[in-house]
Amino acid sequence: MKVLCNGKAQEIAPGTRVADCLRELGLEASSVVVECDGKILTREEYESHELQDSSVLELIRFVGGG
Amino acid sequence: MLTIAGRKFRSRLFGGTGKFSSPEVMKEALAASGCEMVTVALRRVDLNNPADDIMSVLDRDRYLFLPNTSGARDAGEAIRLARLARASGGGEWLKLEVTPDPRTLLPDPIETLKATEELVREGFKVLPYINADPILALRLQDAGAVAVMPLGSPIGTNQGVLTRFQIEIIIAQAQVPVIVDAGLGAPSHVAEAMEMGADAVLVNTAIAVAGDPVRMARAFAMAVEAGRIAYEAGLGSVSKDAAPSSPDDGLGFLR
Repeated sequence: MKVLCNGKAQEIAPGTRVADCLRELGLEASSVVVECDGKILTREEYESHELQDSSVLELIRFVGGG
Repeated sequence: MLTIAGRKFRSRLFGGTGKFSSPEVMKEALAASGCEMVTVALRRVDLNNPADDIMSVLDRDRYLFLPNTSGARDAGEAIRLARLARASGGGEWLKLEVTPDPRTLLPDPIETLKATEELVREGFKVLPYINADPILALRLQDAGAVAVMPLGSPIGTNQGVLTRFQIEIIIAQAQVPVIVDAGLGAPSHVAEAMEMGADAVLVNTAIAVAGDPVRMARAFAMAVEAGRIAYEAGLGSVSKDAAPSSPDDGLGFLR
């Protein structure tokens, strides 16, 4: 199935959870905040939240700014 | 000592973290500035560079993070960014920026007020970035903003305090701290703002893009301190007519 991750279509296996996705991308869970289908997930939800077909995933973090 | 929302700050210089040539230069420049609060922005993770994480560079025991809502064009976008910032572990402090026009980056006063009202309800400590509008500053203070951040000149322009007249009124009226933000391009600009009685200033571009950001950070810190001491010491009044510094008396021997 396909999800949209930071604006790019990605093929993922059914049953993939947010935490799996972060591991696959090499991202520390503590370094990002995840918005899935418009809802902000808590870090505790990363392990349990299962991605659906056509889910829209936004992976956000702090960057330099003024 | 400066107090904002019950938190004390020894330094009246706040730093931005954008535009530095490297994380190492940023870290050293912020240390040289002596600042205790730094702004950060929120953006999509660069999936080609997953290890690029500013949080791994900055010591959170040393700096209070002030996430901004840069990039937001209306209240809704700003509120979404604010909630993401809090969920990211950014805490309750928030520099609220709503800038619909990318050419001027001037803040939208109506959307800023709307977002402030909502975010205060949600428990954020809101520091709104505003045009130097004394009436808006009071409205935001009434809405629960913990400080106001009027601009000296547009973001990134290094033009200094072009809004002097309005900022003087804001300082005279405000019950909350006034932090002059944006456009402060030289140490003399921050000294001017501090001499006027600003409670603090926020500087990013001028330090980050300097030939030597670390030395420039030091220069800004000294200027902030000098301006503040001058304000506290009490500046002499301005006059159009000359007044001799040497005595008028005792010149009889000349004529």
